[in-house]
Amino acid sequence: MLIGTPPEIPSSEITSQSEYLKRQSRRRFLRHAAAGAAAVGAAALGAERLARVLDPGQTVLAGTAGTKLQTVYSPLTTTGETLTPFYDITHYNNFYEFGVNKDDPYKHAGGLPTRPWSIQVEGLVKKPRTFGIDELLKLRPLEDRVYRHRCVEAWSMVIPWVGYSLSEFIQQCEPLSTAKYVQFFSYYNWHVEKWSGEDPGIYWPYREGLRMDEAMNPLTLLAFGLYGQVLPNQDGAPVRIVVPWKYGYKSAKSIVKVRFVKKQPDTTWNNQSPSEYGFYSNVNPSVDTVPWSQKNERRIGLPFYEQLRTTLMFNGYGDQVAYLYKGMNLRRDY
Amino acid sequence: MTRYPLILLKTFAWIACLAPFTWLAWAAVMNNLGPDPTATIAFTTGRTTLRLLAITLAISPLRRLLPRLGWLIRFRRLLGLFAFFYATLHMLTYVGLYAGFDVGLMISDIAKRRYITMGMAAWLLLLPLAATSTQWSIRKLGGKRWSRLHMLIYPAIVCGVIHFWWQMKPGVLTPLGITVIVAVILLARLVLAWAQRRKALAAAAGDARNDGRRQSKGNSIRATG
Repeated sequence: MLIGTPPEIPSSEITSQSEYLKRQSRRRFLRHAAAGAAAVGAAALGAERLARVLDPGQTVLAGTAGTKLQTVYSPLTTTGETLTPFYDITHYNNFYEFGVNKDDPYKHAGGLPTRPWSIQVEGLVKKPRTFGIDELLKLRPLEDRVYRHRCVEAWSMVIPWVGYSLSEFIQQCEPLSTAKYVQFFSYYNWHVEKWSGEDPGIYWPYREGLRMDEAMNPLTLLAFGLYGQVLPNQDGAPVRIVVPWKYGYKSAKSIVKVRFVKKQPDTTWNNQSPSEYGFYSNVNPSVDTVPWSQKNERRIGLPFYEQLRTTLMFNGYGDQVAYLYKGMNLRRDY
Repeated sequence: MTRYPLILLKTFAWIACLAPFTWLAWAAVMNNLGPDPTATIAFTTGRTTLRLLAITLAISPLRRLLPRLGWLIRFRRLLGLFAFFYATLHMLTYVGLYAGFDVGLMISDIAKRRYITMGMAAWLLLLPLAATSTQWSIRKLGGKRWSRLHMLIYPAIVCGVIHFWWQMKPGVLTPLGITVIVAVILLARLVLAWAQRRKALAAAAGDARNDGRRQSKGNSIRATG
């Protein structure tokens, strides 16, 4: 869906971002089935691509949410899935710093100061340093990567991310051979993220982590955008991690710090409830969590009778990642 | 109350009770149920069940406080049955849309997940009430036994509220409103029952020929009727 020739539509028909959002409710109203959802996604992407062809000056790097990004095709993209509509990806989020309800991030993430932005690299590296967001955006060509996204709450989406493999960034960090894990820290400022200041239960900032070989797997993405444009704040602007074979909370948002460490690092949900959320948190239909069975999932943005589907081991990415866990008991190391 | 206003009010009650269902059906056809339609259906049917149960429960104390509203009793069965209708839709949403009719999954869910256990318990408690909602059942069981059976609405609504809290993620306070309402209604019933008993005892003390215990017992049963 991301590649191929753009649909033949006159430039006058191209939908602007604001108009696109405005039309969303109407679209949803008119749409009757998954085919409709696919058409919306395809039309949006087609429009983005066509706009780029017609007006290359518009495709500057950087900027705030909605700015178009120049992207290239990636063989690592997931095929054969209907994209979840942009509206749902941006109005149905878990981003606890901005509130616990699904529409809280959309409502409250506007104040996230995404510019200037930098990622501080520390720990077991040759030399600690800081990467500015513009430098990161230019590090490698940005790729279109469609991934399934499976939340531990048993819902899922199909998201066309924009970014490059995290391994490209890690190479620039020059970690020492003693670094066995990498830890990510999300932006935290309770003046901006009001709700987080009121919640005594979670130790902020949000922390996540991966084993080094997981982080170096080409599927693990450093994402800067979705649907061909800069990440909306509620989706983790301006830069986030995406690990498609793990539950969504492993894909930390709005990264400000990356630390290379020797021992398995502290991660927020594991810290909250170790019996429920393991460090690995691979999508695994045979390991249940307490509140939800993980056998099934509901695909977001489809009619109710089409939502339910069977959850796949490693979220369907077993071919690319199963080797990482060879010899491990994934029932114990969940 | 005369006949025509009653018919009019009953019509309104039917329309009001069917409104959430009509909205769901219309929104489903228009594919306008939000990003997660299954969750919207579950939430709407669950919330409507608790609201209708609360209204059903509020009728008796209201009648006692305001005797002019005595006619409200004629709406209680209607409201109770609609509560059961939504409870059943809610339960079927789980069975069909969440569990995909997978019996093994449902059994393990009911055993493992306390909010599902609690929800199932609430539905099972409502089942005999719906089944004995006819005049025939009242006659067959006898008023006293029927009244006693229908006291199951109390554990049912308490289970329902707990079920609501337990399926929320920590920090979400959505069930607070209905919890306060249910607590007030239950408290009102307790206070009214206590006042009734005191009045009865006073009456008994004033009238030596009556047996005070029996009198108060008879009254408290009537209070739940």
